[in-house]
Amino acid sequence: MSDALPQVPANEPILRVEDLKVHFPVTKGIIIQRQVATVKAVDGVSFTIRRGETLGLVGESGSGKSTTGLAVLRMLTPTAGRIVFEGQDIAHHDGAELLEVRRRMQMVYQDPYGSLNPRMTIRTIVGEPLAVHGLDADRKATRDKIAELIASVGLLPDMADRYPHEFSGGQRQRIGIARALALEPSLLIADEPVSALDVSIQAQVINLFMDLQERLGLTYLFIAHDLAVVRHISTRIAVMYLGRLVEIADRDELYQNPLHPYTEALMAAVPVADPEVEAKRPRTVISGEVPSALRPPPGCAFHTRCPRVMARCKTEQPQLREVAPGRAVSCHLHSN
Amino acid sequence: MTSPLLEVKGLTTRFRTERGTVTAVDDVSFHVDPGETLAIVGESGSGKSVTALSVLRLIPNPPGQIERGEILFDGEDLLKLDDPGIREVRGNKIAMIFQEPMSSLNPALTVGLQVAEPINVHRGTAWTKAYEAATELIGRVRIADAASRLNSYPHQYSGGMRQRVMIAMALACAPRLIIADEPTTALDVTVQAQILDLLKELTRETGSSLILITHDLGVVARYADRVAVMYGGRIVEVAPARELYARPKHPYTSGLMASVPRLDGGGRRRLMPIEGQPPDLASLPAGCSFGPRCRAILDQCRAARPELVQVGDRHSKACFADV
Repeated sequence: MSDALPQVPANEPILRVEDLKVHFPVTKGIIIQRQVATVKAVDGVSFTIRRGETLGLVGESGSGKSTTGLAVLRMLTPTAGRIVFEGQDIAHHDGAELLEVRRRMQMVYQDPYGSLNPRMTIRTIVGEPLAVHGLDADRKATRDKIAELIASVGLLPDMADRYPHEFSGGQRQRIGIARALALEPSLLIADEPVSALDVSIQAQVINLFMDLQERLGLTYLFIAHDLAVVRHISTRIAVMYLGRLVEIADRDELYQNPLHPYTEALMAAVPVADPEVEAKRPRTVISGEVPSALRPPPGCAFHTRCPRVMARCKTEQPQLREVAPGRAVSCHLHSN
Repeated sequence: MTSPLLEVKGLTTRFRTERGTVTAVDDVSFHVDPGETLAIVGESGSGKSVTALSVLRLIPNPPGQIERGEILFDGEDLLKLDDPGIREVRGNKIAMIFQEPMSSLNPALTVGLQVAEPINVHRGTAWTKAYEAATELIGRVRIADAASRLNSYPHQYSGGMRQRVMIAMALACAPRLIIADEPTTALDVTVQAQILDLLKELTRETGSSLILITHDLGVVARYADRVAVMYGGRIVEVAPARELYARPKHPYTSGLMASVPRLDGGGRRRLMPIEGQPPDLASLPAGCSFGPRCRAILDQCRAARPELVQVGDRHSKACFADV
């Protein structure tokens, strides 16, 4: 194992998540709390991200995609599993070790309104990571750095001394991206970064993400529910359902030839913005809704909604199995 | 030609705000034919929801006011009705489905009571009979085990189920027009498809018309017969759905089409966003409000505001440029 290498060469895994589990206790009682159940928000998820690529993580509400992102960033401590980032298992890092990891791994949030402090100027917001990490000693260099960051996300230099309320949603999201870039991270985790934006603005921010990736060689974990956006921006895509990964594949492979019935249903459910195409598309609408994560169905969690359910699906949980290089699926239809 | 079921002419709705009077809907005219689905698309602040609320006169006054216009439903101007008159229309001849089912349902009343209420109010049907009708309606929106589910409260339903209840309520009095304002925005995609398919199927069955308000161009492509595109409080283009997607004639419409990533599209191609920001309704630019973001801007666009004019068969646009 080359785990000790400080620098990861191009196309090598920058992040390897192995059998990640994040379980939350459900408690009852006010003074004496008893644990009455466990929500398995993430239950045995494994994937790798190579340097320079974008892994799209998709799923409906309750699939565990955001929890996975938070665990990778170590905003949560995983219940079990390994998170190997740039060769180091960071699953149980804390204190100074964690601070060091966060220099190289940053987050862009969904809500451009809630994620910026309304009392800080843009200059302070964008410069804050530098201050937290003690990198702002040289005042002139810091000033230049902030100006460069603000310019790199397409904002004007004179905007630095304004406050968040003076900006639109799209501009605020740019500010959030500038802040995430301040420490020159190698991995950016973006959780629904464009879902709060209007379509015309959404396209501007998507293009910005792609331009920055090209210019700075960034790696993205891009979490979203909008499959069209994910297809557009990702190189590979992982699909989650009720805390588990059901399929992972290269972008085009996944869309042209989905192997898991859930992937297929998810894709069929998303309308294409073209009436001619829509009129010809086959329609398989799956019934029901995502079951509660408190009481996931036994066996394959998707079996209650699956159009191709078999007897063994109701009792036996399928494992994620590699069916081709870089392509894995967790379904009894594809296990021997 | 059949005469339209709903004809809106020159509708103008203003709101008084701290920053002055804002014209949220500005001289908007459109019609809905019997049995058709008209989609109204636009981004936030385009005036699509205010248009819908104005049709049912649900604009809170103050701060809002419908200043001008006619809303002819079956030939009768809804703006001229007195309060009991418009209440007779709401939920009866025209029903509305809102985005957030949880805040549109009364949490303290059972679902059955809420579905039966419009039947009792508008038809004068006795409660027991209305309850029976509600059971049937709940079955029609595919909620299994209807009779027992009627005694549940909204919080005991999932998001998708609540939206089914909203549809059942909307259908209760067999309305001739249903207005659905972003009915599935809060739902997961697989549930969105179920709800919209159901809505489309039921309106087809009953022959009622549907106004579908959405920001999602995919939803429009799948469900709409005709589309009105709104920007800055005005309709900028109207056309049959296929025509609009194949030959968008307003630069804003073509800009929108080029800025949405497509599920079936080549991927990782550059999107062509519309530069700039949506207009601030409190300080609109002179001339065309899309002017500052428009690639095809002409001198006259800065001076005068283009009116909606016919440019093809059932196709109109409000633009001076020949795109």
